[in-house]
Amino acid sequence: MNELAPQRPDIAGARLDPQALARNFSDVHPPLEAHEALVEADRCYFCYDAPCMEACPTSIDVPLFIREIQAGNPIGAGKTILSANILGGMCARVCPTETLCEEACVREAAEGKPVKIGLLQRYATDAVMDTGRHPFTRAAPTGKRVAVVGAGPAGLSCAHRLAMLGHDVVLFDARQKPGGLNEFGIAAYKATERFAQKEVDFILSIGGVSVETGKALGRDIHLADLRRDYDAVFLGLGLAGVNALGLDDETAGGSHDAVAWIAELRQTTDLAGLPVGRRVVVIGGGMTAIDAAIQAKALGAQEVTVAYRRGQDAMNASRYEQELAQTRGVHIRCNLTPKRILAANGHVSGIELERTATVDGRLVGTGETVIVEADQVFKAIGQAFDPAGIASDGSEAQGLATENGRIKVDAERRTSLPDVWAGGDCVVGGEDLTVVATEHGKVAAMSIHAALTAEPRGAVEAIKNKVLGAVEALTGATR
Amino acid sequence: MADLSTTFLGIRSPNPFWLASAPPTDKEYNVQRAFEQGWGGVVWKTLGEDPPVVNVNGPRYGAFHGPDRRLLGLNNIELITDRALDTNLEEIARVKRNWPDRAMIVSLMVPCEEAPWKKILALVEQTGADGVELNFGCPHGMSERGMGSAVGQVPEYIEMVARWCKQHSRLPVIVKLTPNITDVRYPARAAKRGGADAVSLINTVSSIMSIDLDNFAPTPTIDGKGSHGGMCGPAVKPIALNMVAEIARDAETAGIPISGIGGITTWRDAAEFISLGCGTVQVCTAAMTYGFKVVKEMASGLSEWMDEKGYRTIEDFRGRAAPNVTDWQYLNLNYVTKARIDQDLCIKCGRCHIACEDTSHQAITSMLDGRRHFEVIDEECVGCNLCVNVCPVENCITMEQIAGCDPRTKKPIPDAYANWTSHPNNPMAREKQQFAAEPVLLPDAAE
Repeated sequence: MNELAPQRPDIAGARLDPQALARNFSDVHPPLEAHEALVEADRCYFCYDAPCMEACPTSIDVPLFIREIQAGNPIGAGKTILSANILGGMCARVCPTETLCEEACVREAAEGKPVKIGLLQRYATDAVMDTGRHPFTRAAPTGKRVAVVGAGPAGLSCAHRLAMLGHDVVLFDARQKPGGLNEFGIAAYKATERFAQKEVDFILSIGGVSVETGKALGRDIHLADLRRDYDAVFLGLGLAGVNALGLDDETAGGSHDAVAWIAELRQTTDLAGLPVGRRVVVIGGGMTAIDAAIQAKALGAQEVTVAYRRGQDAMNASRYEQELAQTRGVHIRCNLTPKRILAANGHVSGIELERTATVDGRLVGTGETVIVEADQVFKAIGQAFDPAGIASDGSEAQGLATENGRIKVDAERRTSLPDVWAGGDCVVGGEDLTVVATEHGKVAAMSIHAALTAEPRGAVEAIKNKVLGAVEALTGATR
Repeated sequence: MADLSTTFLGIRSPNPFWLASAPPTDKEYNVQRAFEQGWGGVVWKTLGEDPPVVNVNGPRYGAFHGPDRRLLGLNNIELITDRALDTNLEEIARVKRNWPDRAMIVSLMVPCEEAPWKKILALVEQTGADGVELNFGCPHGMSERGMGSAVGQVPEYIEMVARWCKQHSRLPVIVKLTPNITDVRYPARAAKRGGADAVSLINTVSSIMSIDLDNFAPTPTIDGKGSHGGMCGPAVKPIALNMVAEIARDAETAGIPISGIGGITTWRDAAEFISLGCGTVQVCTAAMTYGFKVVKEMASGLSEWMDEKGYRTIEDFRGRAAPNVTDWQYLNLNYVTKARIDQDLCIKCGRCHIACEDTSHQAITSMLDGRRHFEVIDEECVGCNLCVNVCPVENCITMEQIAGCDPRTKKPIPDAYANWTSHPNNPMAREKQQFAAEPVLLPDAAE
């Protein structure tokens, strides 16, 4: 008896015509027209001590910027946003607003229809960026130099704030382009038309920041050297490691790390040239899993399944993102944990999954398995901080403390080293959100600024004596 | 079903909704369309002497918008009809012949001399029109030529012209009043003295709608310049209601028939004017914004409300609110209210708090036990109603009358009505008390 002929893996590019591809990767939330923005802005109640502002990790003054839009001042609105969050443009596109500002909006409580804060924020920040001018100016030079490692949201935010305060910054990044996850990780349909790079250019146009790409910490640059050569160091290293499934054949052809695949997709200039399986399975329940699944579908995969080991409510991806995936034809299956990658001739042919159940609060396998045929399997089961960069040059030995595999920081994002700050996903308490990383960078910059401009001990006394002396000279009085 | 028909100065109309003298009533074509939609009557756009006036050829309207470009105020610099007198008279006659059950009033404005009035009145009578309205209200353009509000601002002129009109015509005479005056009772009294059968009000409010900040000129801008216009629409309704009430309750003019005008947009606006005593209402901006069909909503809304309240005819509720309009000095100072916030309806926007905290009496909390919570502090609340007005949720904050002791003044609240005229802080009242035979103890809940 012959077995069914083992199918050749069906992985191909150009599954869709160019128009369909363009449509699938177009802006997921098209910008508001001017009149739409005014109508939406009119809905804001200008709350006292507004809950939306409280809910924003960067504390953007939401009622004020919406009122500025309403009053026909979108540029002022944009400045209000950007003064709290220089990546306000990207955050307007990628923030899970439904669990942040818009969830807190009193109109959500009143009628289940919050003010569209995210879209209004985009309207205002677009208006500022469209002017082609940077809205802020730098303070007088302080003569201090700061090394910022990692040009993702945390590093960009930190570098910008430092530059604004008059410090000179060198911004290092291991990749060939700055932007971090905004450039390499965010789903393409959330930041269309090269927005991530435009935003980087916009941020850096304040001046005072020189960018050095292709410089990885621990390989090309070393913490000890940076500490020696600069007045302060900020580490915004992100999460360079990806978790593995720990299964056989994990390296078979057609088995991919979703993070790397998305990065490749983001850097592809010709989406039709990017091959995708006819049948795709994504393992995981976070934003990366959803982004990979939606984009695989958008490239023309016929069957896309997200397999998540727990129940749907436990998924890290927001309900909104889950629904977006579902309306785009992604099949989300829960309580399925990977058991075995099925491979034939060194190539993925499917995945065997075991059904799970929660017993006494613990997730256990039920023994029942299902097989989902697949040409490609994407792993999106989480990223991890890669300590290689800080360990290889002995910085652990220098006392850079970590906790649960991430860098330990205090409320001001100071590490255990006096002249080193850190923020973003690489620190304990990082939330894998652009907006949180942005806030970390800003807070660290303020702390660095305070440290670098603090009067040395005794300076106050010296000034006091000098003033008293001058007064004496003028009045002829004696002490 | 409620009977909406009205008889005003003997003029019958199937409902109280008339179109005011304005662009919608300038031509047979428009009026025909209005009557087809159900309007009860029209006041034909103001006729003047030949040769007709000319209008500007640039923009003649300016606007004041609310959210979503809802038109709240409309102003205009249009003059009276710019069509030949004969054309208008001919059309008026034809429309009245075709629509005998609808009210046809003709608005007039000619120079302040007896002869022109006498002449035009005779012409109007021949059309079969039901009455005339004297336009003493237009605040722009015509007023520069000694007509319109230039007449309406001088009670003696009003009286004089009204008298001529009564003398030279058998038609009922309505005097249309301008709000661009300090005290509307004076022109109303003058109209009555002159023998006018009714007054109609308000005409438009002198206004500049906005300044164009690019060329520093008022809007609408005509070749770099602008002129004040007359504003109408929902924004002027409160001004109109007050002026109607002033005339309705003035001893000298009480009972004079009033045709109410000013921002009437829905049945409710109309009912409010009628409840102050108006026998008919006149509408312009609502029609100019939405078309003539709005009258259908007005008629159905008024009819439903009357049915619900058990009012069979307009007369059943007309004027019911007028006696309740009084002077401040007669308001009951022992009526003590406190704001109450319905915590189930509260959406926690905090506007009540910040309005009270920043600008009033610090009588609303923002936190309670570390939670965002808005509650009235009775010890501070003066019952001013500001929180009610700024709250975005209807009925979330209400004013409740309290009895017993006022927690704010720590004084017992007397049951008896007491007003300022007898309050001890009133110098006039103290004056009287000096000469009282017995010591006077006045009930008092106010500070």
